[in-house]
Amino acid sequence: MSSISYLFSRLLQIVPTFLLVMIFIFLLVRLLPGDPAIAMADAKATEAQLEQIRHNLGLDQPMPIQFAKFVGNVLTGDLGNSILQKAPVLAVIQDRLPVTLFLAGYSMALAILFSVPLAFVAALYRDRLPDLLIRSIFQISLSMPVFYIGLILLSILAARLKWLPVGGYGETWAEHFSHLLLPALTIAFYSSAIILRNLRTSVIEVLDAEYIQFARAKGLPQRLVLFRHVFRNALISTVTLLGLSIGNLMSGTLVTETVFAVPGLGRLMLDAIFARDYPLIQGLTLTFAVLVSLVFLATDMFQSWLDPRLRKS
Amino acid sequence: MSGLIQRESRENALPETANRPALSVQGLSTSFTKQGRDLKAVNNVSFDLAPGEILGLVGESGSGKSITLRSLIGIVRPQGRIDGSVLWKGRNLVTMNEPQLRKIRGREIAMIFQEPMSSLNPLLTIGLQITENLKAHTSLGRQERQKRAIELLDLVGIPAAASRLDDYPHQFSGGMRQRVMIAIALASNPELLLADEPTTALDVTIQDQILRLIMDLRTELNMAVILVTHDLGVVAQSCDRVAVMYAGRIIESGSVGTILKAPQHPYTLGLLQSVPQDQPPRTPLFSIDGTPPALDDMPTGCAFAPRCQQAQGTCLESAPDFSLVGSGHAAACHILETARPSLGENK
Repeated sequence: MSSISYLFSRLLQIVPTFLLVMIFIFLLVRLLPGDPAIAMADAKATEAQLEQIRHNLGLDQPMPIQFAKFVGNVLTGDLGNSILQKAPVLAVIQDRLPVTLFLAGYSMALAILFSVPLAFVAALYRDRLPDLLIRSIFQISLSMPVFYIGLILLSILAARLKWLPVGGYGETWAEHFSHLLLPALTIAFYSSAIILRNLRTSVIEVLDAEYIQFARAKGLPQRLVLFRHVFRNALISTVTLLGLSIGNLMSGTLVTETVFAVPGLGRLMLDAIFARDYPLIQGLTLTFAVLVSLVFLATDMFQSWLDPRLRKS
Repeated sequence: MSGLIQRESRENALPETANRPALSVQGLSTSFTKQGRDLKAVNNVSFDLAPGEILGLVGESGSGKSITLRSLIGIVRPQGRIDGSVLWKGRNLVTMNEPQLRKIRGREIAMIFQEPMSSLNPLLTIGLQITENLKAHTSLGRQERQKRAIELLDLVGIPAAASRLDDYPHQFSGGMRQRVMIAIALASNPELLLADEPTTALDVTIQDQILRLIMDLRTELNMAVILVTHDLGVVAQSCDRVAVMYAGRIIESGSVGTILKAPQHPYTLGLLQSVPQDQPPRTPLFSIDGTPPALDDMPTGCAFAPRCQQAQGTCLESAPDFSLVGSGHAAACHILETARPSLGENK
């Protein structure tokens, strides 16, 4: 019951966030240099034709009215028509969304798979060889740009060894997994470095905590001490970081999807920006905002599930 | 604390040789390596403990009491090197491997910690923290474990025990958490309870309740107790025998009555004098000047010599042996004879 009311209050907090996001993207697009009408029309268009396009887009109306219309449209799911794709923005986004969600989930799963066990090994072998080895490998990934790691993986595994496809998304689930493996690895490598550093530190901290000594003094089996007592406590601070890094990952898809030619939202965003496809940029920004907010919400819920002290009675 | 010295009955009730020791610690040393140097936090500590006996381990902070206690069951952190022998019912705990030790920890030898606020896992319910102990050490089924957990909370005096199993540590007060910790420790009827300053973090009234609880349980369960404390009042109230630690060594040990009435070591004497007794208000309390030596800066002679008002040449040159000075009473001091003035004269 209390968790439902907590969820509700957290959902209410999202409302002002969205309002701000909407104001922000509305203004941002209108403050950008360049005229969408010129971008849409062909080179020989007359001033009257451009005027007609502006009128169709509603760009000739006062700002407050444009904004009110914008909000109303967004709430009814009408994000306008993409100039680039010549189709409703919502449909375009719905078409690409699964790709990006798949990529995000895939890379997060890989990141967790790498970082969690390795963080434990590093913490348990603190300052000894395994720890130093793990830390230096991931230090490399932290000090290199994401796309660079992607390019290296691409040129070795795909171009030279031909073990994996160079890009794309594929048709079947099996193809999705193989096509997206390299981009997912690229993102995961970077994200795991951050998670690993944080989790290692908190595992070390928790291992020294008195309640862990108490758990050991109780004669509990090692795995119980590690999983029930150490892991859960160490996870609390890392979950926040995990949420933030999924947030980062959303903007990271822009680069990664471009490098690997993945037809997802990030790639779409880049195309939309180059084409000055304002309705599409707005729709995508809004979609990213929704996704990130949902991730943060999930993070908070997970954290309150982990830590009873965060639950309000 | 006027009752500090009136403990003779206890002394006679439990002569040291009455029982075969349940625990026999011989030459226990715990050392840590720091920057290539060996630091001995516990240095050649020996003592025996009879079943049902309460031994007080007394000393200032940093004297090695807690590490001694943790060394007994091998939960020292950061991991140090433990030498010597800890004979528990004939088996040496020092040479045992982890899986073997785990069967003794929590089952035969339980431990409670100083800080009730930080010694319980904040994320797990009290019920789970008790029952996981039962699960590890008994063959009780789920229902029975639940029942036993309620019994235990009842035993340590937690009101409405049945309704509190699903509560988390932060929903309990400090004193109640210490009771919960004792309940957890008692879960599988241990024969020895290691209590690391169990009352230090608590209010005086709660302190008294917790000590009484431990003493009652000792009587009911015939459980031996090692009570680490820096409070001689606590020792006087609850212990049969006492060992005084200084800089990692036991420097004096004997029955509570003897130690409180006729301390032999100048350090013990100093500790006793620092306890406020029937003094008029606003009299400054006695205190021992200086601080205990750091582990990496141990004097060659007696570790207490730099602070000892009676120190002589020999004290600075060689560490004194721990030798018998009376029946069941031993001390490590070169100048035992001169350190003998009774408490009364010194006041």
